Amino acid sequence: MLKTFKIGGVHPAENKLSASKAIEVLALPKTVFIPVGQHIGAPAEAIVKKGDKLMVGQLIAKSSGFVSANIHSSVSGTVKKVETGPDTSGYPKMGIYIDVEDDIWDEQIDRSADLKSEINLDSAAILAKIQNAGIVGLGGATFPTHVKLMPPKGMKAEVLLINGVECEPYLTSDHRMMLEHGEELIVGVKLLMLALNVDKATIGIENNKPDAIAKMSGLAARHKNISVIPLKVKYPQGGEKQLIKAVTGREVPSGALPISVGAVVTNIATTFAVYEAVQKNKPLFERVVTVTGKTVKNPSNFKVRIGTTVSELIEAAGGLPENCGKIINGGPMMGKAFANTEIPVSKGTSGILIMPEKEAKRSETMPCIRCSRCVSVCPMGLEPFLLMTLSERQVWEQLETEKVMDCIECGSCSYTCPANRPLLDFIRLGKVKVGALIRSRKP
Amino acid sequence: MGKLFTISPSPHVHSGDSVNKIMYGVILALLPAFIWSVMMFGLDSVRVTLIAVAACVAFELLIQKFILKVKPQIADGSAALTGVLLAFNVPASVPSWMLIVGALVSIGIAKMPFGGLGNNPFNPALVGRVFMLISFPVNMTSWPVAGSFGVDAVTAATPLALLKEGIKSGQPVVEILKGLPANMDLFLGNMGGSLGEISALALLLGGVFMLIRKIITWHIPVSVMVSAAIFSGIFWLIDPTKFADPIFHLVTGGLMLGAFFMATDMVTSPMNPKAQIIFGAGIGILTILIRFWGAYPEGVSFAILIMNALVPLLNRYVKPKRFGEVKIQSTKG
Ligand code: SF4
Ligand code: SF4
Repeated sequence: MLKTFKIGGVHPAENKLSASKAIEVLALPKTVFIPVGQHIGAPAEAIVKKGDKLMVGQLIAKSSGFVSANIHSSVSGTVKKVETGPDTSGYPKMGIYIDVEDDIWDEQIDRSADLKSEINLDSAAILAKIQNAGIVGLGGATFPTHVKLMPPKGMKAEVLLINGVECEPYLTSDHRMMLEHGEELIVGVKLLMLALNVDKATIGIENNKPDAIAKMSGLAARHKNISVIPLKVKYPQGGEKQLIKAVTGREVPSGALPISVGAVVTNIATTFAVYEAVQKNKPLFERVVTVTGKTVKNPSNFKVRIGTTVSELIEAAGGLPENCGKIINGGPMMGKAFANTEIPVSKGTSGILIMPEKEAKRSETMPCIRCSRCVSVCPMGLEPFLLMTLSERQVWEQLETEKVMDCIECGSCSYTCPANRPLLDFIRLGKVKVGALIRSRKP
Repeated sequence: MGKLFTISPSPHVHSGDSVNKIMYGVILALLPAFIWSVMMFGLDSVRVTLIAVAACVAFELLIQKFILKVKPQIADGSAALTGVLLAFNVPASVPSWMLIVGALVSIGIAKMPFGGLGNNPFNPALVGRVFMLISFPVNMTSWPVAGSFGVDAVTAATPLALLKEGIKSGQPVVEILKGLPANMDLFLGNMGGSLGEISALALLLGGVFMLIRKIITWHIPVSVMVSAAIFSGIFWLIDPTKFADPIFHLVTGGLMLGAFFMATDMVTSPMNPKAQIIFGAGIGILTILIRFWGAYPEGVSFAILIMNALVPLLNRYVKPKRFGEVKIQSTKG
């Protein structure tokens, strides 16, 4: 029996259309727009102004606190303006417009493709490099990685988990990364272990990627404290709490962080970024993005400079299909819909999913038939039908006792509901209200 | 800016399951039992089923259109399903007009006043059936003899009724059972009874179909049958001269129909596995209690309705297992 998490879960059609497509480097854009807030936490502060000449990898916005992250230029050229512009949230956000000229890199960066596996830094030095490089969780959560790697006082990390699950349908960037950069990833894992001072790391990979499991297992076999665990395919296994449960059997208590059971989770793309930052002095200014969809001519995995416009990625994948109804930043279960394609790729863009018009619309909502399917698929053991009702009736206190804040917004409930009820929409609303209620209680 | 695309919150995909698929799936699962009833009771089965379905759908349509003044939702299949289930719970010989009264009670009293689909506390088909049983006791307890096509006059009692009468008149159970078909025949459906309840085998087929299609889960049917078997088994072991064996109880009356098709009605059953098992066990035990000591020979309908009434309580106090429902270890933090 393959390991997996115990409560709930669904299995949406995988549709990994681009799984066999090697990562391609996307042509340089002519201009980029780089938002200064691409992470959870305080936005960075721009330190460049109009007319400044930039190199690739140069710091352009400085982290403005502990929970914040540096932003580096992804191109060389001239700052056109520092102004608000479109970003993935749909609201105008402050950022830096750069006209691209040539491709001149900061010479600190090692641009060779050679594997650098020898590590000669201590924990503090590794952490400093990760922080300077502006690395955030690249799975989509964009939580600054250095914060995760420094457990709060009194808590100690015991095990590092690498999330190679990629449980969202359609997305394949982590899969490709494992196949093409396995060696670098293993070095990245060792760097993270050193930074955290743990002696055990486990890479969890779902069983629908046997080639990645084989590749990573082969590489991990040479390191006795790194192991690879194949997992049964089940969404949302990439959720931190679900992954920890699946791999270690430990259950993160309600309301607590993974570190409370001694676990730290990072994903594949983030681990690769750590390798590049520490071993190659390369800040985070490019990432791999899957561009996909059933109507996309050429589903692909592109290596893209941050700030490149989404429309350029879509062009490179064969152009926008005529019947396109929805464009999603990320996967179909948790991704956010874009209103248009003139939006820049940011650190959290793991995929661009294009859905045809007929799949873009939701079906008509019917009355709840109390089938309890939403309850049986909820990975947090909640009762989504009840949470939705309570949220509709605005009884926030009861919503809190029914554990609405435990909801990880995985969408399994809405996905499953035969009555097409917008369960998660109402649960999100409830979480906002209950969150405010909880904060208002604190002195 | 160019074209604007649909913005809606995640998730952006759906399983494709729907209320209609569930309702029509259950109706499909009732097909084997329907075919069997036509083989046993002939065209009367067709008449009763068609009239019940037509009446339920018509009443729902009329109520939605003229009283509630909302867009009719009869295409969801729930009214049709109530009709089929009502038909399956009455003798094939029941007069059509009585059936129409039953349908009116099912839809007009048990379902729509509570808010229609999803809001009724009691299983509508069973409310209709029990109303008919109380109002028309003679017609509701005269059973056409299985296989006696179209011969109206011939009626026979159900095995459960014969058992009850026999016990009342002081006969030992073993003797009564000798006069009844063997358990195997009962399992296949060679007995008198309501239109759709007689063949445990046909119902089991439908039940397995629903389990495979994930329309229902095992919790309710299994807990109903296991609890009925254990509870009746205890008494049978204590005194086999007074009590029939558990197999007999499983294959007679409406137990199979109730376990797979009536108790599993989503609207009127609990919302998580733990609560469903308690619910099912309650039905199994109450059924046997009524069969042993109640006024009626059969008790499935009453048992289910009683447990329906407890569903809100079960939902409130029996919660699913939450993730992370553990104490934070004091050694950390
Ligand atoms: S979105 Fe929340 S409530 Fe719905 S299944 Fe996921 S965790 Fe449960
Ligand atoms: S899945 Fe939908 S119809 Fe079923 S209980 Fe949940 S909300 Fe109601």
